[in-house]
Amino acid sequence: MIRYILTRSALLTGGLIVASLLIFLALRVLPGDVAQVIAGAEGTPEQVAQLREELGLNEPLPVQYFSWIGGVVTGDMGTSLITNTKVVDELLEKAEVTIPLGLMAMGVALVIAVPLGILSALRRNKMSGTALSVGAQGVAAVPVIWAGMVLILVFSLWLGWFRAQGFPRAGWEKPGDAFMALVLPAITIGIVEGAVLMRFVRSATLDAVTRDFVRTAAAKGLTRTQALLRHGLPSVGLSIITVLGLQVAGIVVGAVVIEKLFNLPGIGRMLIDDVGARDLPLVQGELLVLTAVVLLIGFAVDIVHRILDPRLREASE
Amino acid sequence: MSTQRTGWFRPLWRSATGKFGLIVVTIVVLTALVSLFWTPFPAELANVDDRWLGPGWPHILGTDNGGRDMLTHIMLGARTTVVVAVGAAVISTIIGIALACLATLTTRLMREAMATLIDVLLAFPVLIIAAMLASIAGQSLWVVVFAVGIGFGVNMARVTRPELRRVLSSDYVLAGKAAGLTTTQNVLRHVLPNIAPVYIVQLSWSMGVAVLAEAGLSYIGFGASANDPSWGRLLAETQAFINIHPLAVIWPGLAISLTVLALNLLGDKLRETTDPTLSRRMVKSMPAPMPTVTA
Repeated sequence: MIRYILTRSALLTGGLIVASLLIFLALRVLPGDVAQVIAGAEGTPEQVAQLREELGLNEPLPVQYFSWIGGVVTGDMGTSLITNTKVVDELLEKAEVTIPLGLMAMGVALVIAVPLGILSALRRNKMSGTALSVGAQGVAAVPVIWAGMVLILVFSLWLGWFRAQGFPRAGWEKPGDAFMALVLPAITIGIVEGAVLMRFVRSATLDAVTRDFVRTAAAKGLTRTQALLRHGLPSVGLSIITVLGLQVAGIVVGAVVIEKLFNLPGIGRMLIDDVGARDLPLVQGELLVLTAVVLLIGFAVDIVHRILDPRLREASE
Repeated sequence: MSTQRTGWFRPLWRSATGKFGLIVVTIVVLTALVSLFWTPFPAELANVDDRWLGPGWPHILGTDNGGRDMLTHIMLGARTTVVVAVGAAVISTIIGIALACLATLTTRLMREAMATLIDVLLAFPVLIIAAMLASIAGQSLWVVVFAVGIGFGVNMARVTRPELRRVLSSDYVLAGKAAGLTTTQNVLRHVLPNIAPVYIVQLSWSMGVAVLAEAGLSYIGFGASANDPSWGRLLAETQAFINIHPLAVIWPGLAISLTVLALNLLGDKLRETTDPTLSRRMVKSMPAPMPTVTA
């Protein structure tokens, strides 16, 4: 187990390094002079030259990379070109919106996907089961923004249950208000991601139904459903953990789009604004943080999976 | 293998979901083609007196805030959708086959390095790639095409790698080698045609995601610019009026959802008909290893 964690950690570190290199290089090697882009079409050559100096673009690439990554390791990701605030401070402030939003969305996705997925597998030969799985296919094909617009229309404009836009200025000092501002966005992401997740739960359940140990339990007098719930579900749980890890990226991406739609001051909307403003230090930091989150959760999921599944543990030892 | 390749259409058409998928995809492609030389109204026609007309004659789907005909713009949007879906598919095919070949046919060190690289790249959501491209190239439809193409290319590589390995060690490839074919000849003549079915299934799904990605990326300003009529842009433009004229938001959303649903269902059905191991197993509903994309 320890050996597995060590190899997996080495892979994670390697992954983070490759990711940082890719982000760094993509923003420099791709066609287009960043300084010129930031200065805009009206930028005079002097302005561009000054920008290059300020951004350190005249240094050789390795020097630039190591000064950036050295800063990241010590918690200094640079300073915004436009607002002059520290990238780290900015990220921490926005994370107060994005992290709760992501967790709530994941909660909604699980609450939808697990019971409905199991139900649609158990009733696969009945109308209700078919309707559920067709419905999931349909919802999974809906763009998150459109789902958000329709939910705003119904629950905020017509029924008036939620505020449609924004996040309270007081933030989490007034937890109730902050929470309510995130409910509808979280439901939006959760419904669409839940529909995707539901298909996996369904197939994992169908897989469990056909396993020998569930069949044995059924032969010993349990009903099919009882046998599945008592003996099959633990194995379904394992596959759900794996898929949930994959879904994290979907939720992160969903959050970016939804923060824009609901006008929430989170990391996602920050990324959109900064890409638009070509604030390179901020964009670099945001991309690294988002990628790191996805990689770290993949890592955590693998470890948890390993701990929970004795077969994988034995295989490695 | 050859019987499968010639007989893919009939099993698709025979099932309800396959039929739905084929019909919707055909309608979208035809709409895009027709829009090249005919739309109900000129694209740039904006008559302020005709603002916010409900569905009726002659504006079948009504008009928007500028008095522009909705149906015309939905038709023009189909063109963008087809361009994005096909463009992303072409790029991801090239990248996918190149990466998979590098990860199977080269030296051992290279193979290991490529396999690791593929795993790392898989963790990069398409949106991140798009953000990188957009921060350099600005708002453009090409950002969507390349971001989805690159993102899916990596996924294609991962899906094809084991398949490629299996085919490479098969008897007919060995026979080809014995008959004096070079590796390149062997790959072109025997290997690629044999992994094609797996590939086409993946392409169908990736086109669905490309359509979704176009909508999301155009909405946040990384995708279609003001000159490209696109479903994603229509959503963004009509959003402000959602309370007064919900229908204007409903049409483009419906067009996107139906197209994506059709492509996903086609992918599922193609998988069932081309994957011999699936039909033998009881579980036919196993969802594919979808990459983490969307928008």
